[in-house]
This record gives sequence, structure tokens and C-alpha cells, in this order.
Amino acid sequence: MSASHLKERVRLVWRDMKKYKHAYVLLAPYFIIFLTFTAFPVLMSVALSFTNFNMLQSPEWVGWSNYAKLFVNDDIFLISLKNTLLFAAITGPISYMACFLFAWLVNELPPKIRAIMTLILYAPSISGNTYLIWQLIFSGDSYGFANSFLMNWGFSLEPIQWLQDTKYMLVILMIVQLWLSLGTAFLAFIAGLQNVDPTLYEAGAIDGVRNRWQELWFITLPAMRPQLLFGAVIQIASSFAVAEISMNLVGFPSVDYAANTIVTHLIDYGTIRFEMGYSSAIATVLFAIMLLTNLITQRLLRKVGE
Amino acid sequence: MKAIFHIRKRINRSWLVDMLLFFLLCGVACFMGLPLVFTISNAFKPIDEIFLFPPRLLVHHPTWNNFFALKDIFADSWVPFSRYVFNTFFIAIIGTVGHVIIASAAAYPLAKIKFPGHKILFHIVVLSLMFTAYVTQVPNYMTITWLGLINTYWAVILPAFGMTLGLYLMKQFMEQIPDSLLEAARIDGASEYRTFWQTVMPIVRPAWLTLIIFSIQGLWTSGAVSHKFIYSEQLKTVDYVFGQVASGGLVRTGPVAAITLLMMIVPITVFIVSQSNIIQTMSTSGLKE
Repeated sequence: MSASHLKERVRLVWRDMKKYKHAYVLLAPYFIIFLTFTAFPVLMSVALSFTNFNMLQSPEWVGWSNYAKLFVNDDIFLISLKNTLLFAAITGPISYMACFLFAWLVNELPPKIRAIMTLILYAPSISGNTYLIWQLIFSGDSYGFANSFLMNWGFSLEPIQWLQDTKYMLVILMIVQLWLSLGTAFLAFIAGLQNVDPTLYEAGAIDGVRNRWQELWFITLPAMRPQLLFGAVIQIASSFAVAEISMNLVGFPSVDYAANTIVTHLIDYGTIRFEMGYSSAIATVLFAIMLLTNLITQRLLRKVGE
Repeated sequence: MKAIFHIRKRINRSWLVDMLLFFLLCGVACFMGLPLVFTISNAFKPIDEIFLFPPRLLVHHPTWNNFFALKDIFADSWVPFSRYVFNTFFIAIIGTVGHVIIASAAAYPLAKIKFPGHKILFHIVVLSLMFTAYVTQVPNYMTITWLGLINTYWAVILPAFGMTLGLYLMKQFMEQIPDSLLEAARIDGASEYRTFWQTVMPIVRPAWLTLIIFSIQGLWTSGAVSHKFIYSEQLKTVDYVFGQVASGGLVRTGPVAAITLLMMIVPITVFIVSQSNIIQTMSTSGLKE
């Protein structure tokens, strides 16, 4: 591009910027806060991932060595990576579809029943320490709900150590995660369904939409694409960032690291060993994985209703 | 049974499938509602039922004793309990109101005005959603210290104003507003600020009610966050104090069950109120082309 060309472009952009100055005024308060409390810490953390920082001495530049150590020298990270990917691959899509399916079913109900039903489905996300009830269900002795059920019905002879046995841990975590997953995206979908213009359905019926499934695919889903994209980002983030339920249910660290995830690994290095540089590198890797997954998902979602 | 499904124009619906789906939904609801039932019934259990093993889901001899015990615990606390309640409400209300207004103001241009840079700014916001909060804690602590916000309410409130989730959700909703509606407002001589405040904001009410639910829920249980930045006992929140009670061990099990129920009441109330509002506003939303 020649210099005069560039100058011309800058002039045009500048003209537009002046024309839309009210847009920047509306944006300013949010972005000042966003940059201070979100963007800046994120950038700083990415920068720290190339250093050796223990919170006491000033950071020392080490280049890619944190990343090299992660993939070559850290067996537990590789277990965590495998766990997280497996976990996300199963709970991510299922929870996303469940969010939509239940939002859609609830939306068909008359207002009063709908409000009650929404509350009940959303309940696990509201009530703070819901892990308690799962600890009772999967308690390791014969009094735990799951064990007493299996033993009473003769499926097993002795209690199973659900939360200590490496065979079951990850599966139980997945069940609990799915149960907790009707959260943010679920509510956003409900609100989104309310926004779909009812005349579209009438028009659809005239144009030959024959049943509710066609209606769903050709009218409802395309009309709420913005919410679907939003939900995807949220569900992907929550299925990759799982940590708290793991730490609460199966302990931290879990037996043989069988339920270690990328985030618990990160917490280990960040808040126990105070190796901030290394834990920042873990976060950056997780970020890259999520980003890639999101790009793929967003591309798939654009095909909805075609 | 059919009456349950009377809403909207009932085109393209078969009665049988309606029934099946409804029963499926009821089954799932029973399963999902468990913690709610458990928490409520636990709060009213007498001490021998709380420690019963295997635990019972429902209370057999309900009592208010746990709540009285809670009252006694707070009776001799150093800071009056009402002060903690005030702190919590202050943080939750100011944080939420500010967040809804600031996030909506930013979402409107991102969704509806094609100003230079709107795509890049939005991408940056989305990217930040994918970064885990655990590592940004340290830089965040430093920023808050530099700004002199340590030990003030603002250490919790200001970051809440800029929550990413709210902006994203709002922007996605505003995209669905027909451009013709905004054109009409502009032709009538409204400035962008007025268009935003008087045309756009009323239309997206379902979205800001959803935003309010998330925000209140987050701020209501912000004890862990505020604990890091707020040291004065006078400025601490209910959530934090309840954690203190819970750490009292076995003898406190009853009061803790009562606390858990009390902590749930506010988010649930907000949720119920917003829900009914979401439904009402829909009929007058003016979202039609």
C-alpha cells in the first residue's frame, strides 16, 4: 500500500471515529473497568508465563522453558490434560444440548408452571454447597445411597469406594457436572426463546412447517443464534475449567491424580507452590485449547437451520 | 392435561408428544430439585436428625431451634449482625445496578453501531471469557492495591461493573433488535444516548433481568472475593460471617443448615421476581419487525 493510500485510509477512519464519537462515549466506562480488571491481568499473566516468578523475587525471563517443562517433564500435567479433554468432550456437548432442550421444553409451558419449573431446574446452580448431597449419595460405606441401593438389590456384595476408586472418579465428576450445568446458558436460552417473534411461527406454519421438530430447526434455532453462540462460549469455558467439584468431591490431590484437571494443576502450582510463572503457562495452554474449541464450535453453529 | 399446554397458537403440536415431554420434564425436575428440598428440610431438622445416618431427605420433627441458635451466636458478636447485612446489600445492589447500566451502554454500540473498531473490541471481550480467573488473581490484587481500593467496598464493586458475561449477553440480545426501530427513533430526532435509554433499554428488559440474576447471585456470595480485599470487620459481608459460623465445627451443624437456607432465600427471591417480569414484558416488547 502506498503512503498516500494509507494516509487516505487513516483520514477516512478518523472521520468515521468522529462521526461515531457517541459510540465511544457509551463504551468508555465499561472498557476502562474491563481493561483495568480483566484485560490487563490477563496480559500480565501471559507475560508472566515466560518468567520464573515466585511472588518474592522479581520475575526473571526464561523464555519458553515453562512450556517445554509442561509437555516434556510434567507427567501429572499430561494426566490432567487427558482428563480435562475427556471431561470436556463428554460434558461439553451434552450439557449444551441439555441446556437448550430443557429451556425449550420449559418455554412451552404456561407462565406460572414455567416459572416454577425454571426455578427447580436452575436450583443446583443457585444453592451454594450442593456437593454435600453427592457426597451422601456416593459415600464409600454401605450407608451411602448408591451403595445401599446396589447392595439391597443384590448388584454388589460389598460397598464400593466411589470417590477413591480411580475407575469411578471421573465418571462421577461428569455426572455431577452435568447436573450442575443448567446454569447461565440455560437462563440465557430461556430469555432468548422469549424473544423469538411469534409471527415467525405462524408464517412457518403457512410455509409448510409440519411438526415441532421442523419448527425447531428452521425457525427457533436460527432466530436465537446469538444466544446459542453465547451459550457455547459459556459451556465450553465451564467444561474445560472444571476444578471445584473435583477438589470438593474426590479431594485434592485425588488418588493417583485420577481426577486432576488442568485447573487443579494450575491451582497446585499457583496457590500452593507459588510458581506463578509456571501456573501462568498452564493457564495460557488452557486458554489456547478453549480458543480452538470455540472457533470450531462457532463455525458449526453457523450451519444451524440450513 | 391439555390445558397445561394452551399457550401461544398451538400449531404443529401433537397431544401425545406434549404429554411425554411433560413427564420427562417432571422426572428431571424431581432429580434437579433434590438439593433444594434437602437444604430446606435440613434447616428444620432437630440435632438428632441432622446426625442421623444414613441421612434422611425429609425432616420428621421440624423445629425452629437452628434459627434460634443462630440468633444466639450473633447476639454476642462484636459487630452487629445488621451491619453485615447492610454491607452485603450495599455491595449487591450498587454492583448490580452499575453493572447493568454500564454493560448495556457498552453493548449498544457494539451491537448496533458500525463504528471503527467495534469488531476488535468485541473479540477482546470474548477472548477474556476464556481465561481462567485463578491466575489473574495476583495481577488483580496488585491493581487493586495500586488504585488504593484495598479495604473499601469498591474493591468488590468496581470489578463487578466490568463483568464480561453481562456485556456479552446484552450485546447478543441487542443484535436482535430490528434496525428499522432504531432508525425510527433517530428520525424522530432522538440522540444516540436517548435512543439507547428510551428505545433500546426497554426492549431488552428480559436480558437485563437475566443480567440482574447473575450479578446478584455473584455478588451475594462474594465473601471469598471480598475477604481478600477487605480487612475491616465492619465492612465484611454476611457470606463471610456465615463461613465463620460454619468453621465452628460439629456443634454448629444445626445453625449452619439454617444459614445455608437463609443465604439461598435472596437469590431465589430475586430469581422468582425477575422470572415473572421476564414473562410480562414479552407481550409489550415491540420486538416485531
